Amino acid sequence: MDAMERIKNTIEKNPIVIFMKGTPEFPQCGFSMRTAEALKACNVEFAFVDVLAEPEVRANLPAYSHWPTFPQVFIDGELIGGCDITLELFQKGELQTMAQEAVKEK
Amino acid sequence: MAGPDRVTMIKERLEKALSTTRIAVVDESHLHAGHAGTKSGGGHFSVTIVSDKFTGQSMIQRHRMVYLAVDDLMRTEIHALSIKALTPEEV
Repeated sequence: MDAMERIKNTIEKNPIVIFMKGTPEFPQCGFSMRTAEALKACNVEFAFVDVLAEPEVRANLPAYSHWPTFPQVFIDGELIGGCDITLELFQKGELQTMAQEAVKEK
Repeated sequence: MAGPDRVTMIKERLEKALSTTRIAVVDESHLHAGHAGTKSGGGHFSVTIVSDKFTGQSMIQRHRMVYLAVDDLMRTEIHALSIKALTPEEV
């Protein structure tokens, strides 16, 4: 399976997935850390892909999602945003609702 | 870093592409010194932009417009952008 297909599968299979530098437990970048923290605070299960461990995903995801940087958060197969948008949605309380709805549907 | 200052470069691209009514670009690279991304030379910048062009656009679309305006710099000068994109009505 090529990288684009793997990316597509990951995004479609998981109601919530974050592509980040490092892991939620050991983030390797401040932006990834803050974004993963917001997702954790939503109290739902979410998938993650460490793009530092997956160079092909790191190289191809920006073209797939039309978004140049990491982290990237997808809910229900759609790009929600990077760090700024995810944190803003969290502060408004919208991320929590979106995340809980996404997990409920599955 | 020598050469045209990066804040000015970013500012000029954004002003041109988005006809900004207000813009602020801050170099926050020093906050991330030692971070893996800074080794390649790309900086961290925080931009606040007010533009009519954001009217009717979602957050995702606004951020994409900003990234597109500095697309060539994203490969070299910019490692990360923190973006605040507002319409004049939202200010």
